[in-house]
Amino acid sequence: MPLQSMSPWQDLGVTASSAAPAPLHLVLGDEELLVDRAVHAAVGAARAVDETAELTRVKVSDLTPPELAELVSPSLFSEGRVIVLEQAQDIGQELADAVLAYLKDPAGGVTLVVVHSGGGRSKAAKSLPTTLKKAGAEVTECAKITKPAEREAFVRAEVKRAGGRIDAAGVSALVDAVGSDLRELSSAATQLVADSGGKVDEEAVRRYHRGKADVTGFLVAEKAVGGDRAAALETLRWAQQIGVPHVLIADALADAVRTVARVSAAGRGNPNQLAGELGMPPWKIRKAQGQTRGWNAAGLAAAMRTVARVNAEVKGAAADPDYALERAVLDVVGAKQSR
Amino acid sequence: MTSVWSQVVGQEPAVEALRTAASAAAALVAGEPDPHGGMTHAWLFTGPPGSGRSVAARTFAAALQCSTGTGCGGCSGCRTAVAGTHADVRLVVPEGLSISVSEMRSLVQAAARRPTTGEWQVVIIEDADRLTEGASNALLKAVEEPPDRTVFLLCAPSDHPEDVSVTIRSRCRLVTLRTPPPEAIARVLAERDGVDESTANWAASVCGGHVGRARRLATDEAARSRRDAVLRIPLGLRRPGDVFTCADELIKTAESDAADESKARDEAEAEELRTAMGSGGTGKGVAAAKRSADAAVKQLEKRQKSRATRTQRDTLDLALIDLAGFYRDVLVTSSGAGAALNHPDFAEQSREAAREWTPASTLRRLEAVLECRDAITWNVKPRIAVEAMVTTLREG
Repeated sequence: MPLQSMSPWQDLGVTASSAAPAPLHLVLGDEELLVDRAVHAAVGAARAVDETAELTRVKVSDLTPPELAELVSPSLFSEGRVIVLEQAQDIGQELADAVLAYLKDPAGGVTLVVVHSGGGRSKAAKSLPTTLKKAGAEVTECAKITKPAEREAFVRAEVKRAGGRIDAAGVSALVDAVGSDLRELSSAATQLVADSGGKVDEEAVRRYHRGKADVTGFLVAEKAVGGDRAAALETLRWAQQIGVPHVLIADALADAVRTVARVSAAGRGNPNQLAGELGMPPWKIRKAQGQTRGWNAAGLAAAMRTVARVNAEVKGAAADPDYALERAVLDVVGAKQSR
Repeated sequence: MTSVWSQVVGQEPAVEALRTAASAAAALVAGEPDPHGGMTHAWLFTGPPGSGRSVAARTFAAALQCSTGTGCGGCSGCRTAVAGTHADVRLVVPEGLSISVSEMRSLVQAAARRPTTGEWQVVIIEDADRLTEGASNALLKAVEEPPDRTVFLLCAPSDHPEDVSVTIRSRCRLVTLRTPPPEAIARVLAERDGVDESTANWAASVCGGHVGRARRLATDEAARSRRDAVLRIPLGLRRPGDVFTCADELIKTAESDAADESKARDEAEAEELRTAMGSGGTGKGVAAAKRSADAAVKQLEKRQKSRATRTQRDTLDLALIDLAGFYRDVLVTSSGAGAALNHPDFAEQSREAAREWTPASTLRRLEAVLECRDAITWNVKPRIAVEAMVTTLREG
């Protein structure tokens, strides 16, 4: 699968086992787990060569150019050293110059690992990754995993790392139940492999994990506007269970209702043309046009009043915001069904 | 030279009491007794919005600082107190949403000092209803037993006298201001601001007794057109889509008003602060100075944001009050009562609406407007509250 072969976490093992460790590593991105692993891999590679290699982790904001010079200066027996510069996105011009000066004349036995989020405010910080790449750094990309497909690929890779196999249904069940935090996904995958003896499927996931980890206000609102009472209440309870703030749910509810009201007021039309007029993206209009079925003007008006009321209630007007939300969801569903 | 009291429009009874107090205060300063208790140490000015609470408080402060003790309007005490530059008159004018406890603590300390140039140390708190609970507690002790020559003047809108905590209220003498009559407003517009007579009369008749609003309407073309746009809403809700257009317009006006004000002031203030904190310097210690400057600028931005929110809410509130006035006019018209209309220039529209709607549906609309005002004080997103309101306005 091409996606898997491109994934950043795939080649970490390779780095760790290569014979001569690269003297310069650039860990680029802010996915914490992957950054940690990349740093570990670099340290592991250095220790594979010299078991006594000493590890120094230091934030660039705590570091001055002379201190850096001291860290990387050649030593008598050129003992192995690994120096990890953390949060290099905060680097200043002077320190960046010092790093570049060192790179022109690197010391033997020193492995320099630069951890950089990819952002940065100052010019020196922004241009650091490019300069390091030019200097021949071994780059490990650790960008945040946002796409569902990437997350699933990650789970699959994790299971494989732990020495097991997982099928597609199992992957989606696990992501559903555990959520998007990579550390939790990784530990859940490892645990599952250990518990199920290598072969992980949906049934095995269900045996150990129940429920939904990722419920947003938008999901609740979508079910409520869709008129699905049972599903709306269920997602609302899940959302409350995992601590989605009340205000977010109330806002999502209001947004969904007003979108439907707005689109139904505009009448049928080409979403792409309506987009400019309504100030919404076409996909949102297309979706709302599907949701307008079953709504009439009176129902929408009642629903709009309901969401305005619950918006005040979650901000302190009601004694129990949980109950207020539940009542609002029921009212919205009821407003749709009253014809 | 006209006396300072001429600034207080249409409040003869209140002015009478304050005049007596000022002369009693002058007598106290001269060492004579004040047997009738004309003067006291804490005053609470209440009255409907626009009735001139803060103006009355400032005028009273001027009379206290006046060298003749009457509020002559000519001496330096009067002039500086009215202009807000008198060293012994401390003004607290909240621009944000509330007055914080730390602000009050420093104020209490300052209030304990003896007057320097004048005879009285005067502390004016405009919008005392915006005191947080902690802040009013911090103020409590000082208001109860201030030093000899310190006077507290608190102002609060009278439709919410409960907003000032009862412990503070009970320690103050109350000065109630009434809604100034239109004739008095028209006169002051013509005399002080040089507005021509017909405009002054029109502005006084539509301002609902709010002097500042009358002045704004008489002098600001944009304010007039905004009012017209708002008052066209009730009869302009024909198609379902109109709800969103109108709501959008209401919100956009409020937002642009706030944006205009912030644009004019925010950047200049931030620049001033940065200069004061020594930005753009070079050499040793610049980094540390820059850090604290950044923190100060962040704090300023927070205050500016609070101010922008308040401007936005105030503008929206004005529009909602205009709308509520229109629905009240419709009710007045349909009941056949001869009471004066809030918007006499929109009498024809209110007649048309009275023919079309039943009184019950007009009342429902009026309720919706008032609910929307409430919702906004509950911090509901303005767009959500206004759209729900306009939906009801269309439905009835």
